[in-house]
Amino acid sequence: MATNTAAAGPQVAPERSGAGMRFALAGDWTILFAAQMERETERIIDRSKIAGLAVFDLRNVARLDTAGAWVINRTRHALAHAGVSVVIEKASPEHAKLIDEAQYRDFTQAPRPKTFLVVDILADVGRSLYLGLREFYLGVAFLGEFIEALLRVALAPQRFRLTSLVYHIESVGFRSIPIIALINLLVGAIVAQQGIFQLLRFGATSYTVDLIGILVLREMGVLLTSIMIAGRSGSAITAEIGSMKMREEIDALRVMGLSPIEILILPRVLALIVSLPLLTFLADMAALFGGLLVSWSYGGISPAAFLSLLQNAIGRNTFFVGLIKAPFMALVIGLIAAMDGLATAGSAESLGRQVTSSVVKSIFMVIVIDGLFAIFFAAIHY
Amino acid sequence: MSALGDTETQPPEVIISVRDLVVGFGEHLVMRGLDLDVYRGEVLGFVGGSGQGKSVLMRTILGLVKKRSGLIKVFGENLDAMEPRARRELERRWGVLFQNGALFSGLTVKQNIQMPMRERRDISPRLMDELAMLKIELVGLKPDAADKFPSELSGGMVKRAALARALALDPELVFLDEPTSGLDPIGAADFDELIATLQQTLGLTVFMVTHDLDSLYSICDRVAALAEGRVIAAGDMDTMLASDHPWLRAYFHGIRGSRLTGALGDSRDETWKPAPISR
Repeated sequence: MATNTAAAGPQVAPERSGAGMRFALAGDWTILFAAQMERETERIIDRSKIAGLAVFDLRNVARLDTAGAWVINRTRHALAHAGVSVVIEKASPEHAKLIDEAQYRDFTQAPRPKTFLVVDILADVGRSLYLGLREFYLGVAFLGEFIEALLRVALAPQRFRLTSLVYHIESVGFRSIPIIALINLLVGAIVAQQGIFQLLRFGATSYTVDLIGILVLREMGVLLTSIMIAGRSGSAITAEIGSMKMREEIDALRVMGLSPIEILILPRVLALIVSLPLLTFLADMAALFGGLLVSWSYGGISPAAFLSLLQNAIGRNTFFVGLIKAPFMALVIGLIAAMDGLATAGSAESLGRQVTSSVVKSIFMVIVIDGLFAIFFAAIHY
Repeated sequence: MSALGDTETQPPEVIISVRDLVVGFGEHLVMRGLDLDVYRGEVLGFVGGSGQGKSVLMRTILGLVKKRSGLIKVFGENLDAMEPRARRELERRWGVLFQNGALFSGLTVKQNIQMPMRERRDISPRLMDELAMLKIELVGLKPDAADKFPSELSGGMVKRAALARALALDPELVFLDEPTSGLDPIGAADFDELIATLQQTLGLTVFMVTHDLDSLYSICDRVAALAEGRVIAAGDMDTMLASDHPWLRAYFHGIRGSRLTGALGDSRDETWKPAPISR
């Protein structure tokens, strides 16, 4: 058994002997030959159904593992059930031990309770609705906890972790400058190009500047930046806090009497609130610059003309409408990311699910908030 | 096991052979010319201080850590010179129990055990289910643990489930990385007994990294000790106890070690004097 690596599949040589059948088993009865073993034993069962007695001769079995022992025992059980008594003969001591160890037992599990499709669907709808509402409730509760932590820190500023805040501003804000500037530059350029092509038909090319100015400053800059940050930093926050939760670091903080919200979440969310307006400003400038370049090369609008047209097209309010939204977007992204991180359960799969859910939810909420602001600003004519 | 039935004089078959192994991380050398043999059918306990590289050696043999130089043979095959295909075949002949179980967290216990079986397409789903349940019983878990996820299991159950997965394909060689760490003494003793029973019935060779002196006494046929990047001693417990290497003496004749050998008398040290006061 030891060094012999030349594998020979399981074989069965049946012969009639007296009242019953005799089966000489040979070859390897191991998991490598699972399908073959099952086929051979099926045949044994077929052949000995009519006989009253079956003898399994294991003398020539080269290797046997638990799978083989199990299949032999299962066959024995099936035959006993059909009224055939089985004798196992000439097993080597090791094989005998294995066959004893892999004794047949019934593993068939109780069938699942019967369910009804309609009831299942209704139950699913109800559960989803309940979970959705609960999520909203928990979100509001979490906002409360966050504000409480904020006030506590405001009353005792020496407890505030400035180093942590600066670190997170670097990772959330400073390190996203290149990508935010780049995508906004490109989007500004693309909007300008489309504007020029479409407005050319009406001979109104110069209105492209109005289009770019208003679109970018009011909506596009802040939206693109928020979505980018939700994907880039929101996911990172969820993953960080989620894996801290998995490794009981959050619990460790709690039992030391420290508040995880104050120590972990406050600096991250504040860093987002500080960074996002700055990034939005940068995004606005990059997009306008992209528009300027394309207007110049495609539309023949010189930079000087572009700037003076822009000055006429937009007011200070256009600029602030975009910028005011940024901290609110940041708050929502940060809270959703932190909450989903804290909701992580034990498994790696759960962490992945939380990160996905955090990104999807925060992008969705960013757009909803943008819509609400649009209604609000329209109502106050700003 | 059948090899033992031959003649008395025939040397036991070497199943793992490590020669002149050098492993390092950056400047730091963990293994400095390490030699080790593991024989078929034995339980080898591998001891060493924390951070000495016990797990590193195991991971190097398994191919998870790259070595600088040296030769590692498992089942008589040089692992570096193997075709990827043959190597995969060989890997099915060993099972590994990682220190923290390393169960796949997204799968139930049963699916974890079936994971190595799924590789082989010809096992029928029914047989696969039955074999998984058989392994679950073999390692002493209750059948209702089969459909639980690893996060729902206690530490001892995780170890048992991980052992069941390591045994899924009936390997000839099993690596255990601190199998009893984190278990209560009763659970640890049970686990030792389980390993011994399985080793005898399945004819396993066991390479066990451990800190647990009880395991060494109760189930190991041979012990190898690692210090300074080498195996400083290998042999049965008596050889270990007789060794005068300072680390081994501290290990086996320290307070915990002595308690087990029954050699712990009055622990007062008569030769102790306070350190001289320096001026």
